[in-house]
Amino acid sequence: MAALYYLIFPGFLFAAVAGLLTAWFDRKVTARVQWRQGPPILQNFYDVGKLLVKEVTIPESAHPAVFLMAPAVALSAASLAAAMLGVVNMNWDYTFVGDLIVLWYILSIPSIMIIVGASASGNPLASVGASREMNQLIGYELPMVIALATVIFKVGSINLGEILRYQAEHGPILYSVSGVIACIVALISIQAKLGLVPFDIPEAETELGAGVFMEYSGAALGAFKLTKAILLYTAPIFLITLFWGGVHIKGLGILWAILKYLLFVVLITLIRNTNPRLRIDQSVKFFWCSLTILALIGLLLMFLGY
Amino acid sequence: MPGLNSLKKSIWVYHVACSPCNNCDIEILDLLTPRFDAERFGIVLVGSVRHADALLVTGSVNRQIKPRLQQLYLQAPKPCVVFAIGSCAINGNFFRKSYNIVGPVERVIKEVDPNPIIVYVPGCPPKPEAMISGVVKAIGYLDNLKKAKA
Repeated sequence: MAALYYLIFPGFLFAAVAGLLTAWFDRKVTARVQWRQGPPILQNFYDVGKLLVKEVTIPESAHPAVFLMAPAVALSAASLAAAMLGVVNMNWDYTFVGDLIVLWYILSIPSIMIIVGASASGNPLASVGASREMNQLIGYELPMVIALATVIFKVGSINLGEILRYQAEHGPILYSVSGVIACIVALISIQAKLGLVPFDIPEAETELGAGVFMEYSGAALGAFKLTKAILLYTAPIFLITLFWGGVHIKGLGILWAILKYLLFVVLITLIRNTNPRLRIDQSVKFFWCSLTILALIGLLLMFLGY
Repeated sequence: MPGLNSLKKSIWVYHVACSPCNNCDIEILDLLTPRFDAERFGIVLVGSVRHADALLVTGSVNRQIKPRLQQLYLQAPKPCVVFAIGSCAINGNFFRKSYNIVGPVERVIKEVDPNPIIVYVPGCPPKPEAMISGVVKAIGYLDNLKKAKA
């Protein structure tokens, strides 16, 4: 059963299909913002399908095993995160003590694998990208963890199931001042986790080529693209689970769930389309100063009962 | 080649400027603007040659750039299509008798790979519409190649 959950329904297969469709939605909205037609609905499937059959080049300077292991580990970690979130949303009893913290750790494995893979490729531009990714990871973890703490202290539990049950009884966490602040902080941190503009500093194509993905080609690059797509699906679900009462797949609840999901995706897309890329020092300063202070204000308001 | 079917619908291009006068490059950039919207056909500009399915080569190839172009072609994962864009890339235009020109793109690529897929887009510079037409012809060629293999 666990293998089924992991490989088929809320896990790898479903998350990959949903993620690739979400990535299409993101590209289409971007195209409409720029007054264009945009790609067809199956475009991301074509992209990944093409990458799977192309040649995989391993550079001479690379460490072959680590270089090829990194995308596989990233993909399996992203699928695991999607499966955990999906299962706990299907049944609130499928939870264990501290699964919120485990989930947050699993969500950072893809970023770490990107750093490992880029460092193993032996390309100087990729290593610059890896160092930026590392700085950024340290940057957004702090405000995000404070935003998570706001939810944890309000609910009084570190179980995702308990958080969902609390929201079913007392109304979503988003419907309070501290909840809104924590959600904004989490949304911006998620933007950085997904590596989208204005925080696409590690793969900045105008300065670093493709940055961390510089040396990847063929199926290995396809695995990273799939990881990004699954994360693009997982991140809004994660936000909905924490702040907006989770996803109910019974009756009309599924329509409401899709609407909430698409709202978060559109927000992420619009942030990415209306902002220029930051420098790495600006990004870290933004996360450690402005956003951390905002997150602390949210935490304080939560303790005061707002 | 099994990847050809998806390759037709998702062509990631890498821009190789082999000492051009920049006119062709400006037209390529025009092709990627919202007005022509090449993303409709899955055409995306990529930053790394490892991700490329097509090399857009502009300019007459001179001695300095020749080894770089050959290396870039070898680095691109196969199957890979080369677009020779503009008269300079096709035949050297009026630079062909120049002391530093080593020849058109075709000759330089064929030194490292005897059977490349090269698409010629003539013009000085070619219009973006001409480049779209070139891509359509390349897709037709890939179709024929698939039928011949089957």
